[in-house]
Amino acid sequence: MLNTDISIVLPEIVLALFAMAALLFGVYTKKDKVAGPILWATSAVLAAIGIWIAMSPAGTHTAFNGAFVDDSFARFAKVTILLSAAAVLLMSADFMYRRGLLRFEYPILVALSAVGMMMMVSAGDLMALYMGLELQSLALYVVAALNRDSLKSTEAGLKYFVLGALSSGILLYGASLVYGFAGSTVFSDIIVSAEGHIPLGLLFGLTFVIMGLAFKVSAVPFHMWAPDVYEGSPTPVTAFFATAPKMAAMGLFARVVHDAFGMAVADWSQIIALLAVASMFVGSIAAIGQRNIKRLMAYSSITHMGFALMGLAAGTALGVQAMLVYMVIYVTMNIGTFAFIMSMEKDGVPVTDISALKQYSKHEPLRALALLLLMFSLAGVPPLLGFFGKFYVLKAAVDANMTWLATAGAIASVIGAFYYLRIVYYMYFGENEEETLDGTMAPTQWVFLMASAAIMLLGLVNMFGVDGYAAMAAEALVK
Amino acid sequence: MLQTILFAPLIGALIAGFGWRIIGEKGAQVLTTGLLFLSALLSWVVFLTFDGETQHIQILRYIESGTLSTDWGIRLDRLTAIMLIVVTTVSSLVHLYSMGYMEDDPQWDEGQNYKARFFAYLSFFTFAMLALVTADNLVQMFFGWEGVGVASYLLIGFYYKKPSANAAAIKAFVVNRVGDFGFALGIFGLFYLTDSIKMDDVFAAAPALAETNLHFLWADWNAANLLAVLLFIGAMGKSAQLFLHTWLPDAMEGPTPVSALIHAATMVTAGVFLVCRMSPLMEYAPQATAFIVVIGAATAFAAATIGLVQNDIKRVIAYSTMSQLGYMFVAAGVGAYGVAMFHLLTHAFFKAMLFLGAGSVITAMHHEQDMRNYGNLRKKIPLTFYAMLIGTLAITGVGIPFSGDLFGVPIGFAGFLSKDAIIESSFGAQTGVGNFAFWMLVIAAAFTSFYSWRLMFMTFWGKARGDAHAHEHAHESPMTMLVPLGVLALGAAFSGMVWYNSFFGNHEKMLTFFGIEQHQVEATAEGASEDTTSHEAMAGIAPKGAIFMGPENEVIEKAHQSPAWVKVSPFIAMVLGFVLAWYFYIVNPAAPRRLAEVQPVLYRFLLNKWYFDEIYDVLIVRPAFAIGRFLWKKGDMGVIDGSINGVAMRIIPFFTRLAGRAQSGYVFTYALSMVIGMVILISWMAIGGGAE
Repeated sequence: MLNTDISIVLPEIVLALFAMAALLFGVYTKKDKVAGPILWATSAVLAAIGIWIAMSPAGTHTAFNGAFVDDSFARFAKVTILLSAAAVLLMSADFMYRRGLLRFEYPILVALSAVGMMMMVSAGDLMALYMGLELQSLALYVVAALNRDSLKSTEAGLKYFVLGALSSGILLYGASLVYGFAGSTVFSDIIVSAEGHIPLGLLFGLTFVIMGLAFKVSAVPFHMWAPDVYEGSPTPVTAFFATAPKMAAMGLFARVVHDAFGMAVADWSQIIALLAVASMFVGSIAAIGQRNIKRLMAYSSITHMGFALMGLAAGTALGVQAMLVYMVIYVTMNIGTFAFIMSMEKDGVPVTDISALKQYSKHEPLRALALLLLMFSLAGVPPLLGFFGKFYVLKAAVDANMTWLATAGAIASVIGAFYYLRIVYYMYFGENEEETLDGTMAPTQWVFLMASAAIMLLGLVNMFGVDGYAAMAAEALVK
Repeated sequence: MLQTILFAPLIGALIAGFGWRIIGEKGAQVLTTGLLFLSALLSWVVFLTFDGETQHIQILRYIESGTLSTDWGIRLDRLTAIMLIVVTTVSSLVHLYSMGYMEDDPQWDEGQNYKARFFAYLSFFTFAMLALVTADNLVQMFFGWEGVGVASYLLIGFYYKKPSANAAAIKAFVVNRVGDFGFALGIFGLFYLTDSIKMDDVFAAAPALAETNLHFLWADWNAANLLAVLLFIGAMGKSAQLFLHTWLPDAMEGPTPVSALIHAATMVTAGVFLVCRMSPLMEYAPQATAFIVVIGAATAFAAATIGLVQNDIKRVIAYSTMSQLGYMFVAAGVGAYGVAMFHLLTHAFFKAMLFLGAGSVITAMHHEQDMRNYGNLRKKIPLTFYAMLIGTLAITGVGIPFSGDLFGVPIGFAGFLSKDAIIESSFGAQTGVGNFAFWMLVIAAAFTSFYSWRLMFMTFWGKARGDAHAHEHAHESPMTMLVPLGVLALGAAFSGMVWYNSFFGNHEKMLTFFGIEQHQVEATAEGASEDTTSHEAMAGIAPKGAIFMGPENEVIEKAHQSPAWVKVSPFIAMVLGFVLAWYFYIVNPAAPRRLAEVQPVLYRFLLNKWYFDEIYDVLIVRPAFAIGRFLWKKGDMGVIDGSINGVAMRIIPFFTRLAGRAQSGYVFTYALSMVIGMVILISWMAIGGGAE
């Protein structure tokens, strides 16, 4: 029994063991001097486990009495999480090294948070959920404050921690309510306990749990930490925040509402729809005022989470599929965009003001073109992939008779297009005499920027088959 | 072979249009002209070897949508064959002529390349026109119809530096759009009622359509009549019939070869072709055909009156074209489709020649077009003069009356045979509108003779007027321009006598010529006399042959039996016109001015083309501009732009500032917002949730 359980959670165990071994190795050797090799090794391991999971046979397995679920939905999310974490690590090496931030703890913390994320998307029990969530969050609190000599970075870490604690409290309160009314913490028991009759307490518990998760995906009105944390953290950390944890939190979100509360779709659907609309509009409107590209990307991710939540709000398998496709596209776009943002510097100092991009196309036409593709894709301009992501969630909403939600989404995306297009406008038509950016760019960043832009363009053929896997994953989740 | 005829011009147009930088301007001219001559040669082979049996040649699948399934195909019957020779012959000659005419065009500066473009347009036009006449279904025909419209637009506006040319091009396009709208509605209606756009299916359903009612706009209509009228509205636009004619005179802004090809010989006759093509439908639409006769006769008359007083040489010929088109419609309207096609054929020869001759005069006179500045050019450009003379003899209808009884074929120029046939047919219709048309056409024939001879006298006789320098340097045109004139002169002189019997003169010959089965006509005649049973039996089978003449249609026989005074009346009218012109412009050159002074109102009415443009300007153009301006300024800029700008530049930035202020940077503010969110969501769930 225990053997089979362990074989099911083997990827998580391997990753956790690797993280601990790397920690020991770092502590007992030359500490930060070996940070580079550890970073490369970590991203290699992350990618390897990602591929391993991708290759593992289909089917649904549960371990530890249902507390851990390994199905195609979990695998889909895990592959996305692991590969994006590996990518962010790879492209951050150069940035961290040049700023003296390349501590050996950084890749290890990322690996540990990845373990937490893998737990999250596989959670089949409120306890497992909380464990994964906290493991992930604790690692993230620390990396946010990685640049401990910087006031902003420490402030970011502290804010994130305090608010994260609050949200954990809310989530735990909800979990206890659910346990109180359902009599069990296992998702499959919760859904059975409320067959036909759903007590209000259980719905309250659900709402609190949703609020806790909404904090993690930075949905409005639980989003206010995001801009400050994105701005204060070192750029690679911001890039990490914007990618893997979002996927994990959305995966957990979907898992909880469908696995544990699949009987109350009509109830949570309206809550999520409310969050979605608020996120889309607040994210779009607030981003217009931003000049700092990292804050701008924070609002951008708030908006995108609103769209992903729209897919979830549909409450159907198609909705989950749309959400997954959307998240994969979103993560890919963000990797490329942050690869570029990491390269933005002047005389060795990072630059974050978007007006520095004026006339960028004159100096670096190819990179400007790649960024143009990414911005268009983020804005949802056809025929780039970002458009298809939006199209999927809008279609899911329309099919679920939530036309008003789809309409709101379309309007919000029009508003949101403004600030993406402004960056393009600056690059091509902005007026600027002097060169405000150095031309340097680390090879890994260049590769990720170009690859991401190319995917946006080439993906329109068949999305590299992602939607097929997403459909399988959604099937596994929504029964 | 038919594919070659159809696609050779397209290939020429594409290569000349896109590849002239590689093959050079000269290469483009030679290539397009050569391909057109090939097309023309093959067309004559087809025409002369054609046996009257309708053929369908499928080229590719065209449209597949719902119950609509259509091939791109060629329908070869007598009508197509006639149009093929008309189009390719005139077009190839015009290509050849343009090689001379377009050399050193003063509209263009040194070093500007325009010739390849011109030839590409000409060839493209020819392709579109061929697509129109070979169409096996209505949508394909519409494709050609619009294609010639585009080509016409491009060629009228060819001198795009001239504002007047651009205005004329737009006018032609817009006025044609009105007609095309009717045509399109007609196609929709036919598809709606017959579920097919194939010619044969539509023809087969025609008898049934005659007994169907269709609700359209505010009333119920007889389907056959309504659809025939709608199709005719399309024809009116393209063929410049009264009320939709205003674009044709303005279209003379284009280069003269264009006027000869498009606005005289081919495109403008597409409407006549359409009516003849749809003869199986027209035969079941008596009100519609009466309407066609009235419009045609009125056009013939009105255009002839306007032509009397115009001074621009090309405009005179343009109004003459319009008038002759009216003749053709009268013939088609009274049911003598063969006669309409006959006149179409002969008219193509002599009118193209008149235009090309006018072009020759214009180049000789250094691009002077006002006839008041011509005079006494007979000796300067003798070959052009003789060509124009033959053209004038043809259009005015010079021939020997009653010679048909002696020789089997009347002796005369082309116009004499075809125009007289139309006038006799209109009389032979023996209806009210037929008689109206008869008188209108006879009067118009007198006018035609007058303005044609007026043109000749003002240009070639009298004293040299205007710029003396131009007269001194007047020179004969190059051979490339004279050869086409010669060929067309042959057609103008003899085409009437050669085909008179096939089109009109001999009933037996006519039936075989158009592939109509003798017994079919008799059978339907019997069927009609019996009862409706055979009517039903007939439905479902398309009539054989290129044109269909209903059982009661005896207009050709009646025309042959018309009394002598009818047969001689156009001749008398012609002589009358000639004598008047001779008196006014040779004997007493002061007379026209005096007449104009005595009748100022009438003169100005005619000179200003019956004030059609002015009336349209007040009734349509200005209100349209006013509405457009209102929608633009108030609707678009005020309401739409205003609201969008208001939202984008005031409301959204306001919220952006609000959001920025909320983002205070204090943790307690953030926590508060989370708590507020919590309260809202819990309340929402408590009130709106599904729990009890």
